[in-house]
Amino acid sequence: MSGQHASSTVAVRVRHLEERLIEAGVVADDQLDGILTTVLNGASPVNGARIAARAWTDPGFRERLLADANAALPEVGLSMAGGIQEQRLKVVANTADHHNVLVCTLCSCYPIGLLGPSPSWYKSEAYRSRVVRDPRSVLAEFGLTLGDDVRITVWDSSAESRYMVLPRRPEGTDGLAEEALARLVTREGLIGTAAV
Amino acid sequence: MREFAAGQRVLVRAVDPDGHTRAPRYVRGHTGRVVEAQGRWPLADERAAGAAEPRIETVYTVAFPARELWGAGTHEVTVDLWESYLEPAEEERV
Repeated sequence: MSGQHASSTVAVRVRHLEERLIEAGVVADDQLDGILTTVLNGASPVNGARIAARAWTDPGFRERLLADANAALPEVGLSMAGGIQEQRLKVVANTADHHNVLVCTLCSCYPIGLLGPSPSWYKSEAYRSRVVRDPRSVLAEFGLTLGDDVRITVWDSSAESRYMVLPRRPEGTDGLAEEALARLVTREGLIGTAAV
Repeated sequence: MREFAAGQRVLVRAVDPDGHTRAPRYVRGHTGRVVEAQGRWPLADERAAGAAEPRIETVYTVAFPARELWGAGTHEVTVDLWESYLEPAEEERV
């Protein structure tokens, strides 16, 4: 059965759906458990942070990551094949004059394997409907105030692909090694609602 | 069906299908620019309807200027859209 849900109403609906699928012979309970366990065991923003830190320290990796993330991930021991089918990953890089932020307006598409389970606000109607219309204000509410000269792209991930933001490397971190850099990266930085 | 090239301007068909679709309502009828082709996947609308052999189509990342979508704003929104949702834009609209 599907783990913990914040809302008991949702939990009841999910369990009802699971029982219908099990009764119909589409899937067995232990299969569902197995898939969830496999996906969630490795799912953590530590993965995304490692990718970002490697991209900050290795220009060749950064280039390969932005060109074809699925092909580059094995270089850091990761892949997008943890779920039922391999998903395409597109990594979008922030620069001094271009900021990227992620949303899924139709549902809650999100790279769980690289960022861990998504935050509840990511699935909220308010975030999904407002960030596409007025991202600058929404980001400011998250505490990220961008200058008027910074271009914003909102990536609405509504297909069989997932997105991840590559934040900018913070200033004053020249002396830090890759592992220390990875500890600076937050889940919100990889979604684009924080700078790092 | 036709393939679209990066940079090409495309119009999202302004349809209102009965069943599942992954063409968000807010981009229907609006013109955007193809950023890149992502790959080919079964058409979500047909797969959701239980079609035995759903059409396999190219999915495009299409960028829309905020002004085109909302009439205001300086940002850009990109949406992943199946080829069936798109047609070539006839003229410059933005």
